[in-house]
Amino acid sequence: MKAIVNIYLKQGVLDPQGKAVHHALDSLGFGNVSDVRVGKQIVLDIDASSMHEAEKEVEKMCETLLANTVIEDYSIEIIQ
Amino acid sequence: MNITILQFPGTNCEFDTKYAFERLTQNVSIIWHEEEMIPANTDLVVVPGGFSYGDYLRSGAIARFSPIMKAVKSFAENGGYVLGICNGFQILLESHLLPGAMKRNENLHFVSKHQYLKVENNENRFLRKCKVGDLLNIPIAHAEGNYYIDDDRLKALYDNGQVLLTYCDESGNADNPNGSVDNIAGICNKEKNVFGLMPHPERAMETILGSIDGIKMLEGFLA
Repeated sequence: MKAIVNIYLKQGVLDPQGKAVHHALDSLGFGNVSDVRVGKQIVLDIDASSMHEAEKEVEKMCETLLANTVIEDYSIEIIQ
Repeated sequence: MNITILQFPGTNCEFDTKYAFERLTQNVSIIWHEEEMIPANTDLVVVPGGFSYGDYLRSGAIARFSPIMKAVKSFAENGGYVLGICNGFQILLESHLLPGAMKRNENLHFVSKHQYLKVENNENRFLRKCKVGDLLNIPIAHAEGNYYIDDDRLKALYDNGQVLLTYCDESGNADNPNGSVDNIAGICNKEKNVFGLMPHPERAMETILGSIDGIKMLEGFLA
């Protein structure tokens, strides 16, 4: 199965890339955007006996390596 | 004085760092990250600058799991002195040997220039040869030096005298090149044996290269 991990800076932690992209959108005339956050997506092919087990395993990966939980939040989606 | 400098794939300041310490002392060696032990009698471990593992994922995130880092951790826990410069600082943050985290510079640029630093605290091994308020001219070169720590932990840093260096201009007024919380350029741990800073003191050792203020900093580690 596949695990899709999305990682973003925590709410309240200023996102310099998001701010720059927001500014660029604004100067291109897309004035209706109120906030931009730039994150990253990590896609894993993973062997696991169940979706639940896969999610638990990926959560461990996020806590140890994939995300820096001092500044980042993550979400995990498992696809069969 | 025995100094051990770590080398990861992508490290590029190890030879400058060796040169800098060799101006001050003998027995400076570089060891590869796959080593599992810090050489006996090491007094100071230096994690030098560069782009370990290409800065993939996050700066320092992968180097943190190199075999040698386990040894660095126990060396630090036993009171050994550890200094992280630039990418070395990022690796120590990712290893949780120092509190906080690094973000991309606020203006998203790679900044590479001489920068003045103000000594905020000298009650530690690293800056004991400096005076509080001293201004030091030291090169910086980084894209991820935007130090972040939440308010409670920031307060704890001040309470314990862990904020060591801040960015300023040549008159000592705050001058922030990267968006760091409270203009912070360097910190230490609570026990004051693990130090991290973004600027490069090892690049400020020769008058002909613009500054020798790095000597004053690095010689603090000498006996």
